[in-house]
Amino acid sequence: MSEWWTYSLSDLLMFSKPTYFRLFALLNEAVWPAQLLAILIGLALVAAIVRGAGRAGRLAASLLAVCWLWVAWTYHAQRYAGINLAGPYFAMGFALQAVLLCWLATRRRAPSIASWRGPLGGFAFALVLLGLVVYPLLAAFDGRSWLQAEVFGIAPDPTVAATLGILLLWRAPWFLWVVPLLWCGVSGATLRELGAGQGWVLPGCAVLALVAMFVARLRMRALPRVRV
Amino acid sequence: MGLASIERRRMLQAMLAAGGCTLITPAGAAAQPPVTRPIPSSGEQLPVVGLGSWITFNVGADAEARAACAEVVKAFFAAGGRLIDSSPMYGSAQAVIGDVLARLGHPPALFAADKVWTSTSGPAQIEASRKLWRIPRFDLLQVHNLLAWDAHLPLLLRMKASGRLRYVGITTSEGRRHGEIVKLMESQPLDFVQVSYNVLDREVEQRILPLARERRIAVIVNRPFRQGELTQRLAGKPLPAWAGQIGCGSWAQILLKFIVSHPDVTCAIPATSNPQHALENMRAARGPLPDQALRRRIVADVQRLI
Repeated sequence: MSEWWTYSLSDLLMFSKPTYFRLFALLNEAVWPAQLLAILIGLALVAAIVRGAGRAGRLAASLLAVCWLWVAWTYHAQRYAGINLAGPYFAMGFALQAVLLCWLATRRRAPSIASWRGPLGGFAFALVLLGLVVYPLLAAFDGRSWLQAEVFGIAPDPTVAATLGILLLWRAPWFLWVVPLLWCGVSGATLRELGAGQGWVLPGCAVLALVAMFVARLRMRALPRVRV
Repeated sequence: MGLASIERRRMLQAMLAAGGCTLITPAGAAAQPPVTRPIPSSGEQLPVVGLGSWITFNVGADAEARAACAEVVKAFFAAGGRLIDSSPMYGSAQAVIGDVLARLGHPPALFAADKVWTSTSGPAQIEASRKLWRIPRFDLLQVHNLLAWDAHLPLLLRMKASGRLRYVGITTSEGRRHGEIVKLMESQPLDFVQVSYNVLDREVEQRILPLARERRIAVIVNRPFRQGELTQRLAGKPLPAWAGQIGCGSWAQILLKFIVSHPDVTCAIPATSNPQHALENMRAARGPLPDQALRRRIVADVQRLI
């Protein structure tokens, strides 16, 4: 189609807001009690950040890789693809991110986690907590059933929010940012077209994380780093 | 109680609140058949209101949502509806329609309209679509948004010639590529053309609708409510006094009657996920239609109100 430029996002959005959010209810039911395992993974991530030493970096990368792969398969490939023709491509993107995280976890030079204390570290830690704690509550804030809660490690948005925080703490190389940032744009645009109040959350996180990353690079020596 | 049970209960409560499910009683549906228009190339009569499936039927594997779609289609057929339109571009809509038709025992009144969308592998896509609909053949296949029409139109015409298809058409939406639409209407043996037309978007009145009359091409109208925008913006606005003259009890019916009262329009295809709305839409295919003077007044009043 040569006239793609004449299409707005609303022309291409092929599902309704209730259908989109019911996916999470169906997903939550289908994978239960995987949410409990996801919470444990989230707690392990927090512990890795707080500890910031030893094998924390490799552990965090490994756990995140598992979460990204899980979301790629159970959400994007198995469910979102059912209502969005782009779903398989999103699945591939999330799987690619999982591969990159695996590479990070297994390379000789382990990822080092910067201290979460201080403004930048604190912001990064806040992003992680946003994904782990705040995101599951957004459904209730939006007046939807708690059954539609988006849980870290199960749903894409909280997984990406927490990942942004970890990437900041890692001072991760640029290619690890690509898929998460792209998803922030895709998800934010989708939710805004659906008229969901949370549509600004992930794009806002992405912008702030990018700013923080550049500030961190400029002030590379301002934050203490811990090699693991 | 499982998570699905709670969600199911919430959905059923919502449907009952909306008057769905068991409350569907298309009063008068059997007593007064819907207004029909002939397909010019064959003379076959079609009710002037059909059923679209964009967004509303793309519910994936959600069993409760599929059940709600079945209620919509059940109400549509009970009220005398025939034409259901879909596309491989509509996500899971084709599969949902196939599921729904099977549940309803494949209503014989169905007029199945679908599209071919990809730039390659037209036959494979058409066959995949047919399997999803679970029907032996389509009544109408259209080239979706003119995508690869030079490859697809000859294919569809061959299918028609061999008896594997009854009608051939082309589609566009929101005013795109009207120049090419006109050229194809002038040069190709089309049975149908599908365009966007509503009380505010009336460009097709200038060239396409008169040409359809001249070339004896049936016209399907998509986006009659601008994908819900018009009904949302008119919600809560009191109905004008003249609404009663044409038997309209809602803005949706007024908007639909405006469209189907154009003599060159064969069928409008509003989409809905609400069984009550399906019935309401079908009621627009009954009773008197606005004359030219009232059509002008509908345009003026709607423009004033939104």
